[in-house]
Amino acid sequence: MLSFTLRRLLTAIPTLLLISLVIFLLVDLAPGSPMSDIPLTVPPEVRQKMIAAMGADQPVFVRYLLWLKQFFWVEPLYGIDALFGTDFAQGAQRIISWQSKAPVFQIIGERLPQTLTVVGTAYLIGVLIALPIGIYSAYRQYSWFDQAGTFFAMAGFSVPTFFTGNVLILIFAVNLGWFPTIYDTNLEVVDWASFKAMLAQMALPVTVLALFNAAEISRYTRSSVLENLGQDYVRTARAKGMGEGKVVLKHVLRNSLIPVVTVIALGLPTVFGGAIVTEQIFKINGIGAALIGAIHVSDLPTVQTVTFIFAVLIVMFNLIADILYGILDPRIRYD
Amino acid sequence: MTDTTIQTDKPRGPWGDVWAQFRKHKGAMAALVMLGTLAVFCLIGPLVWRIDPNFIETDTVKMFKMRNQGPSFAHPLGTDQLGRDMLARMMFGGRISLAVGTVAMLVAIFIGTTVGVLAGYFRRIDGLLMRLTDLFLALPLLPLLLVMMFLFRDTVAGILGPRLGTFLLIVMAIGLTSWMHAARIVRGEVLALKEREFVLAARSIGTPSRRIIIRHILPNVLSPVLVAATLGIAAAIITESVLSFLGLGFPPDFPTWGRLLYDGIAEIRTYPERVIWPGIAISLTVLSVNYIGDGLRDALDPRIRGR
Repeated sequence: MLSFTLRRLLTAIPTLLLISLVIFLLVDLAPGSPMSDIPLTVPPEVRQKMIAAMGADQPVFVRYLLWLKQFFWVEPLYGIDALFGTDFAQGAQRIISWQSKAPVFQIIGERLPQTLTVVGTAYLIGVLIALPIGIYSAYRQYSWFDQAGTFFAMAGFSVPTFFTGNVLILIFAVNLGWFPTIYDTNLEVVDWASFKAMLAQMALPVTVLALFNAAEISRYTRSSVLENLGQDYVRTARAKGMGEGKVVLKHVLRNSLIPVVTVIALGLPTVFGGAIVTEQIFKINGIGAALIGAIHVSDLPTVQTVTFIFAVLIVMFNLIADILYGILDPRIRYD
Repeated sequence: MTDTTIQTDKPRGPWGDVWAQFRKHKGAMAALVMLGTLAVFCLIGPLVWRIDPNFIETDTVKMFKMRNQGPSFAHPLGTDQLGRDMLARMMFGGRISLAVGTVAMLVAIFIGTTVGVLAGYFRRIDGLLMRLTDLFLALPLLPLLLVMMFLFRDTVAGILGPRLGTFLLIVMAIGLTSWMHAARIVRGEVLALKEREFVLAARSIGTPSRRIIIRHILPNVLSPVLVAATLGIAAAIITESVLSFLGLGFPPDFPTWGRLLYDGIAEIRTYPERVIWPGIAISLTVLSVNYIGDGLRDALDPRIRGR
């Protein structure tokens, strides 16, 4: 198991390097770069200085290597410095956003908590809804509950989140006035009233994302439980007089959750992608909104870094899913 | 007696079996009717409802009177903030959305099947191609699509014109980022098919690889590809509308359902129906396509068929 984990970790490194190269080149070589947006009235020598100040006059390769070094070496050092008050980085150049002239990681650090609160809560609630629905649908296969569950799941991943989000805003925020339409990121939870305000503003975005996630996970749970219900050990357990609740909730559930856990791990990074849309609907000032804002003003360092962070998340959760699978299922041992 | 029973039981081809099984899936049949209705609405509708979706009154006074009208006989779905007929815009939007979904799916399936067949059939390039597939699967697709749309949109539109340029860019971008699942499925099927006797027989009489692939392998991977293609249409329509929703899809005078929804959001409080109609259209289309894909999967699986 350990050697497998190490081997998987080592193969993740070239994958990440290749992805970073793809992202960097795609963003960098694209025709619509900010260098072409400098007005023609600007004198050539000033233009030259502007480009040099952004560090954009270097060849692509130099910039790529510099960016890699900053991403994997300089920024973690700054992270350590911030945590322990040390001075490892010694003022090395960080990845600077062209838009705000602030370090990209500082922007990400400011935006990430909002995204994590909403996405994390939504994913948790989605899983908590999906599991009982999936289990009961499988236990009563082809019952009305199962049919309704199937329809719910189908609708869940067919109806786009930007539509459900806006319909929910229309009903609960505009017509009923229960919840605010816009997520206030400055709100700090200090007392009971602000906690209630926080809950109110989180309700709609979390519902939208949770419904979307629950749809997919409930399908996986259902098929996994169905597969296990037909196994011999279930018949044995029933034959020795074990109660139905115990059979399903103890024996079947334990075995059927193995693939579900990996699906949950694999799904997390896509949720971050989906959160881009949700953040746009509810005007949440999260990392997805930062990406969209950066794209619209051709802020290449921010776009490259945020996109690459998404890629890192995907590779990392793939790895976690693989390892979890090996730990949970003794039949699958990779060595 | 026996003659009559034989005659009533008409022989069915393999596709007849598939159709018979497909008809048993009630959801899929309802979805087929639904999708047919939507397709007729978009494709034949504009022939009956002959209002130009981009028609704006040139007379300013008339134009202001035409703006933001509610439903009426002249405009069953009302008009938008520039006095354009919403029903006509919905029809044209549907045409584009369906066209994007279909063409993007064709691109994705073409790439996916090619990669899958090559990887499954030729062992030498299998590792390389599957690494490529894994690499694509690890890419953050939505952010990359957004970046691609933003950076290449103006250039491509400048070369090919805003309509064709945006259409081709969106279709290629979606196709290039969604072929991986088809490739994996096809590769798995090809790996199993390659060892079957009929392929061995074909090879032993000296059939060249190209012809084995076209005559023997491809027809046998058709059913998983069909299912993947159906589900691919749904995914492509959603992706296009997400891009339009984020303002990085088609230009404003070029209505798609996603774009109409995006335009409607600014005035959702006063005119909610401008968000509701396109939203319902997208949802119904995707829901029908997904249900049809589900029914096809059951119908094309010989283990389920006949149960």
